[in-house]
Amino acid sequence: MNTDASGQGAASVAGHVADADQPVTGEAPRTLLQVRNLRTIFRHDHGSLTAVDGVSFDVRRGETLAIVGESGSGKSITAMSLLRLIPSPPGEIVDGEVEFDGRDLLELSDEEIRQIRGNEIAMIFQEPMTSLNPVLNIARQIGEPMEIHSRRDRDSIWKRCVDLLRQVRIPDPERRLKAYPHQFSGGMRQRAMIAMGLACEPKLIIADEPTTALDVTVQAQILELLKDLTRDHHSSMILITHDLGVVARYADRINVMYAGRIVERGTSDEIFNHPRHPYTLGLMESVPRLNDSDGTRLRPIPGQPPDLSNLPRGCPFHPRCRFAMDKCREAEPPLEQLSEEHWKACWVDLDDKH
Amino acid sequence: MSGYLLRRLLALLPTLLVASIIVFGVVRLVPGNVLDLMLSENDFASSSHETRAQLEEALGLDKPIYVQYLVWMKNIVLHGDLGDSLWRNTSVLSEIGERLPITLELGLLSLFFALLIAVPVGIYSAVRQETLGDHVGRTFSIVALAVPNFWAGTLVVILPAMWWGWAPPNEIEPFFESPIQNLKVFLVPSLILGASLSAVVMRMMRTMMLEVLRQDYVRTAWAKGLPERTVVMRHAVKNALIPVITLVGILVPILFGGTVIIEQIFRLPGIGQLLLDAVTARDYPIITGVFLVAGVLVMTVNLLVDLCYGLLDPKVRFDRK
Repeated sequence: MNTDASGQGAASVAGHVADADQPVTGEAPRTLLQVRNLRTIFRHDHGSLTAVDGVSFDVRRGETLAIVGESGSGKSITAMSLLRLIPSPPGEIVDGEVEFDGRDLLELSDEEIRQIRGNEIAMIFQEPMTSLNPVLNIARQIGEPMEIHSRRDRDSIWKRCVDLLRQVRIPDPERRLKAYPHQFSGGMRQRAMIAMGLACEPKLIIADEPTTALDVTVQAQILELLKDLTRDHHSSMILITHDLGVVARYADRINVMYAGRIVERGTSDEIFNHPRHPYTLGLMESVPRLNDSDGTRLRPIPGQPPDLSNLPRGCPFHPRCRFAMDKCREAEPPLEQLSEEHWKACWVDLDDKH
Repeated sequence: MSGYLLRRLLALLPTLLVASIIVFGVVRLVPGNVLDLMLSENDFASSSHETRAQLEEALGLDKPIYVQYLVWMKNIVLHGDLGDSLWRNTSVLSEIGERLPITLELGLLSLFFALLIAVPVGIYSAVRQETLGDHVGRTFSIVALAVPNFWAGTLVVILPAMWWGWAPPNEIEPFFESPIQNLKVFLVPSLILGASLSAVVMRMMRTMMLEVLRQDYVRTAWAKGLPERTVVMRHAVKNALIPVITLVGILVPILFGGTVIIEQIFRLPGIGQLLLDAVTARDYPIITGVFLVAGVLVMTVNLLVDLCYGLLDPKVRFDRK
């Protein structure tokens, strides 16, 4: 993957980092987070596999950026790498820069990154059932980030917890705060997780499949809530999901990941209406749409996600690609800019094909 | 909570009843007979059948075994009396009452040392997995597991005696009068017993910590920016302790078995010694009494363990709504 192309391109959009702290004026969006050439590997007995392979992207202030891909595409590992939450060993971030608000998160000391976690960048995980500690009550778990990162006293933490539960629309907050996770439904646990994430008013929220484990009806509520709350707090959000329906409604821009790389990037509108990478196209075609009245069959992407420790030569997607050409088998396509906001890493020109 | 406690205590009764039948029966199955022992000791080996019958009647051993059991039971229920020793004119209860504090102190101190070693080492070993400290901790636990405590105990008594003419003290002073002198006596035996128990507990603690540290909620704790101390002590340890408490409950009867041996080695006049002497002398009332008391103790510990779950795990509720 040609990281230079994406790096320079994105940097020119972002402008200088030095003035990134200035308030958002509503004109040119400023970059909050700049990821450059991030590479995360996992070592095993017989070598290592590259889960994130030279990923670069920006998150602008106030935007919701989606990272989309199948399981194993490296989207969660990318998110965890940003906060250095990769279990090590076996994981290791071997290269890259993660510039957040003027600091490279990968260069910080353990103590400095700890001050950022839960304070300036909060993470919301995908399993509300298992991501809350069963033996601690909700108040303690929601109050903890404040206990660590703010100078609030117990009373003020309690009041803020009550307020947070109200914001995530959990009724009867005073009573609920004393409850334990097993007394909450899945949707309520995820709301509690969101309240926990919002506790210190982070500048960036990373939501890793926040609705995967929930009922469809609850999913929409949770996403609306996240959207409203990030807007109210002027926070940015990285929304990690494999659900294109979610992305279409809630994301401003989309990064499509495959085999640890970003293969297409664009605004939601561009990605949905003019996908330029065969993989993105494949994802679209494999999702049922309500307005398909003519009974079009779903078209799954053939084959399996690739084995990261044994990637094919050339474009990693070519064995599953119905447009693959000779060139695809030989060289890996760089991420190229197609227009102001649209990038793709593919040799094939899809406009010729359909 | 009190309702639960009452139900649990009532449930002890049928268990104890069954235990008493088993204990009473098994003791009589021990080969050898108290009558033979008594007669031979008093050089009545050649004595007549008449003497033997008189003795048997005097000890109440002439009646059928179920009658003996019912009489024994009746005295327990009506008078709280476990009977008298066959050899001495002392009541079983007073014999046990005299020895029990020694065994309890030895047992509790051993358990205390076991946990004092096992819990911190287990936590450290898991948090610093595959470091030097972890390897040292695990090596210690393997050694403690492999070395029988009777062997270690014997060496501790013999070697200093051979080299320096020193032996562990065994003059037991009442704890509340001179606690230091008292603890001096118990220190070495309870350390040896505790170390051998700590091995199992430590391995369990380490395994559970490793398991818990991989859980999603621990990742959540890291993501909140909590310092390692808080992640480990607040988020992981409480969860990891739940199965460890279960293990401790299971270890208590084993600990009781250990005290029998250690008391013998260090010449501590506890329940273990009483039991051993009673078995040798076929002093049935003492043996059954000791077993019954041990049964009550084990059941009480199990109850305590169950109550501990309530402290650690909010999902455990004792009262039915």
